[in-house]
Amino acid sequence: MFKSLAEKLQETFKKLKGKGRLTESDVNEAMREVKVALLEADVNFKVVKEFIKKVKEKAIGQDVLESLAPGQQVIKIVREELLELLGGTQSKVNFSQKPPTVIMLVGLQGAGKTTTCGKLANLLKKQGRKPLLVAADVYRPAAIKQLEVLGKQLDIPVFSMGQENPANIAESAVKKAVEAGNDLVIIDTAGRLHINEELMNELKNIKAAVSPHEILLVVDAMTGQDAVNVAESFNEKLGIDGIIMTKLDGDTRGGAALSVRKVTGTPIKFAGVGEKLDALEPFYPNRMADRILGMGDVLTLIDKAQAAIDAEQAKKLQKKLKEADFTLEDFLEQLQQIKKMGPLDQILGMIPGINKIKGFTEQIDEKELIHTEAIIRSMTPHERRHPEIINGSRRKRIARGSGTKIQDVNRLLKQFEQTRKMFKQIGMMSQKKKGKKMRLPFNLPF
Amino acid sequence: MGFFDRLKKGLSKTRKALVEKVEQIVLQRKKIDEEMYEELEEALIQADVGVNTAMELVEKIRQRAKEANTDDASMLKVFFQEELKLILGEDTSDININKEGLTVISVVGVNGVGKTTTIGKLAHYFKQQGKKVMLAAADTFRAAAIDQLEIWAKRADAEIIKHSEGADPGAVVYDAVHAARARKMDILIIDTAGRLHTKSNLMEELKKINRIAAREIKGAPHETLLVLDATTGQNAINQAKIFGEAVNVTGIVLTKLDGTAKGGVVIAIKNDLKIPVKMIGVGEKIDDLQPFNPKEFAFALYSGADSEQKP
Repeated sequence: MFKSLAEKLQETFKKLKGKGRLTESDVNEAMREVKVALLEADVNFKVVKEFIKKVKEKAIGQDVLESLAPGQQVIKIVREELLELLGGTQSKVNFSQKPPTVIMLVGLQGAGKTTTCGKLANLLKKQGRKPLLVAADVYRPAAIKQLEVLGKQLDIPVFSMGQENPANIAESAVKKAVEAGNDLVIIDTAGRLHINEELMNELKNIKAAVSPHEILLVVDAMTGQDAVNVAESFNEKLGIDGIIMTKLDGDTRGGAALSVRKVTGTPIKFAGVGEKLDALEPFYPNRMADRILGMGDVLTLIDKAQAAIDAEQAKKLQKKLKEADFTLEDFLEQLQQIKKMGPLDQILGMIPGINKIKGFTEQIDEKELIHTEAIIRSMTPHERRHPEIINGSRRKRIARGSGTKIQDVNRLLKQFEQTRKMFKQIGMMSQKKKGKKMRLPFNLPF
Repeated sequence: MGFFDRLKKGLSKTRKALVEKVEQIVLQRKKIDEEMYEELEEALIQADVGVNTAMELVEKIRQRAKEANTDDASMLKVFFQEELKLILGEDTSDININKEGLTVISVVGVNGVGKTTTIGKLAHYFKQQGKKVMLAAADTFRAAAIDQLEIWAKRADAEIIKHSEGADPGAVVYDAVHAARARKMDILIIDTAGRLHTKSNLMEELKKINRIAAREIKGAPHETLLVLDATTGQNAINQAKIFGEAVNVTGIVLTKLDGTAKGGVVIAIKNDLKIPVKMIGVGEKIDDLQPFNPKEFAFALYSGADSEQKP
């Protein structure tokens, strides 16, 4: 995401980096490019204007001009301002002292409310809550069914009353939650245009009926300039407590996030980052700002790695690596752990600098991993532990078994041997320099 | 209310954002000055026309003023209208119909743009023309997408071919093509699952769907419609480009042009891409999807402005 914005800003600042000192016109030029980049990223015009003004004031007014690395300092200012725009710290759901906590999701059609309801319930369930989903979208064909299907997939109860008055549905649902001991109620509402008075009143009625603790506005990250108006009027009419950005896994630059945050003053709480039901993450403004500036999203990467990789296993592996005792079995294990972290292109996108290597992320083929896995799985356990015994006829058999060519098997074995050698060297290096061990957040098998 | 009136009503926001804004800019002053161009550019960007298109458009208007050797502010409005018309073009672009039998239309797009709803409306549109319409529920991924399409099929009085959730969309298409042929349908519309254009594996799946259609019927799909949400910002261009490369998009359907959307993206699409806008959706009713007529579009923009100015 934001990739292009990051690239653009980097280009702009590359020009600045070369310079010892900045003149006012340098700053002006840089700011103009930042402005275009932000506009192309769909940040609202007014928000951009204000942003640029602030950054410019700081950049020119302060002692930037006298400093030794003015380019760095401008980047710092832009980053700080971006952070401020995105909101300082991460936020969480405000749970009520007296359960059930009622959360209501609102937004335009197609923003992803129903899916997000499922994801949010899933996330909070994992945190020990007992959610009840409420189907109050009585307009869109099969919306109720959709929520019911999601509930079934997640093993979370869904409350529905057919095409009843949504306020009644919500009220009954809360009662039901109290009876059934659900401490969390998540209400899915119908998508509506913010200028549709009738439907906005309906939301007000739901609000009056159940006084939700959180009203969350679901915003499609791809939304254009109008995001500001949407957020403003939902906020004005309902008073929203937070925002969930969806579809952030695409290549949208997501400028809407900046705008929406700015005009409502409410925090962005979660981000939808994939189609699967666990693809909802807390929104981290600082990470996002770094991502915008092309500084990578290392923290998310480490989080993902930690969630997917068993610490015990990792330790064992590190030992094996050092002793060059690394076998194809370990290789396979590694592959599976990486797969658990999510789609490869997404993971690579988080590594700083990788978006600078143009076309790199597109070249990575998820299928190659599958092939590699198939090849290893077609080996006997003995072969995996002692790849040196794999001779011509074994190779032939493995290729047939995995549906690949002998060349593929050869390549894999060669790569593996190289990797093993490399790790051996690293292991020796780290043994020499005691106390200064090379530590990777996780080990890539290639 | 006729469609034209609904179009006018649906475009009222676009009109406010574009046409009336330009009027305001013009009315504020007598002479063209630099600030005026800047304000015009701002107005265009805020209507989601996009930075590039906005700058280009303003540059062209500047050229015209130069050529006409005028600094009369009111002329700016005229230049703007003319340039707008040039970009939008005059020709309508109809849905490709297979003259030798079954027409297969594949409908693609990212999540939440309104594909299924568009298909329901499209089915109704063809039914109104007396055609026999079948829908293929090839969105087997999203929960209850099949049910949603079924409800639309009922509303539009169209037939539907479906498998269960999670089934192979290619298989659905294969069955649908055969069923459509056997039942002598005129139109087969394929509903595909929403997918972000950045997911290469899902784009491959789309290619496969089209390949299967092509294998069964020569020239199919005769139309691949990309559904774009008019609320989308500049990402719409990316979507059109990448979908276009993957599955040869032959036309665009622009949805949610009513109320909130600023329609400026129509101008960006027309300017940046060669893919014609074929249909537009301006409301929630079943007959709120109609062929895109650039002349009518421009006229609806302006006629509304006039009537609102003189209440």
